[in-house]
Amino acid sequence: MSGVSLNKLYADEPEFGDYFALLKPRVMSLVVFTAIAGVLAAPGSVHPFIAFVSIVFIALGGGASGALNMWYDADIDSLMSRTKSRPVPTGKISANAAKEFGIVLSAISVVMLGLASNWLAASLLAFTIFFYVIIYTIWLKRSTPQNIVIGGAAGAFPPIIGWAVVTGNVGFESILMFALIFIWTPPHFWSLALFMKSDYDIAKVPMLTVTNGRRSTRNHIFVYSILLAFVALSIGFSSLSGPIYLVVALILNMQLVFAAFKLWSRSESDCMADNSLLERKFFKFSLLYLFLHFGAIIVEAKTNIVWMTV
Amino acid sequence: MSFGREHDLHKRRKGKNLSLGLVLIGFVAIMFGLTVVKVTEGQFAEALAGVSRSE
Repeated sequence: MSGVSLNKLYADEPEFGDYFALLKPRVMSLVVFTAIAGVLAAPGSVHPFIAFVSIVFIALGGGASGALNMWYDADIDSLMSRTKSRPVPTGKISANAAKEFGIVLSAISVVMLGLASNWLAASLLAFTIFFYVIIYTIWLKRSTPQNIVIGGAAGAFPPIIGWAVVTGNVGFESILMFALIFIWTPPHFWSLALFMKSDYDIAKVPMLTVTNGRRSTRNHIFVYSILLAFVALSIGFSSLSGPIYLVVALILNMQLVFAAFKLWSRSESDCMADNSLLERKFFKFSLLYLFLHFGAIIVEAKTNIVWMTV
Repeated sequence: MSFGREHDLHKRRKGKNLSLGLVLIGFVAIMFGLTVVKVTEGQFAEALAGVSRSE
């Protein structure tokens, strides 16, 4: 065989980075951060190495569910501009290989989390993977505009899992952290749908912008943002909170409600005129919003640890 | 085809194999570290004695 034909034959052989891309690293970073918040905010403690290993396998479990999502959604990923350069649509990795990789990594993550910490945390991780793959990806995503509302629960489990690693149970405060991510997810993704425009339409995914229209989507974003502000400020009355969290939450939630109001009162012609500038800003702000809330929870947890040792 | 000349394919596979090797070493290190922590915390002794963690 000549060098040229060898190049053609093996040009698309997957590299390590392609398998890593299957794990959706940006989603994994959110999983890691919120799981760390769950571990640090939980009463009691575990050995730092056990906490570290647990976070690694929670992240890998999240990544495994991402790989399984990429296996199942290979057909629609190839149609959407946001996802068409993923490893499966580009042919770097076959859909079957992504499925096998996801299943094996899921099994390893759940078993290792159970061995490292406890079997409640492992069960919660297994349930998270099941929920994201079966309930959201296979069932809800293509069948209802409420897909992201219900399916978003999968992304909200990491702090509960982190909490369970330390305490061996599910606490009220971990449910509050779950609620924060759960209510945050719909406005976050609906603002994305507002500026991704025809992507979901082309792929026939029943996002709210496609099934109910953009005006209805703006209404939903506004209502959910008010709900989100309520949940975030309610955390201020729990043991997760402290002066830093209260200040951060007050400022961010005032900004959130104001931004959501501006989004709600905007016309589609204004949106087209500036290429969805406000929608893009809202989406980016929502990322910062969640990061800073959980950052404040972590800071409060560390501050409480310092106070306890004084 | 000349012997000893590295094809681009070999370079890419070397990179993949190296990364996979590091992952496996990391896994072994994690298993070793977990064992050390569990033994020094007495969890294995508890398990052998049939004592549950809540006691």
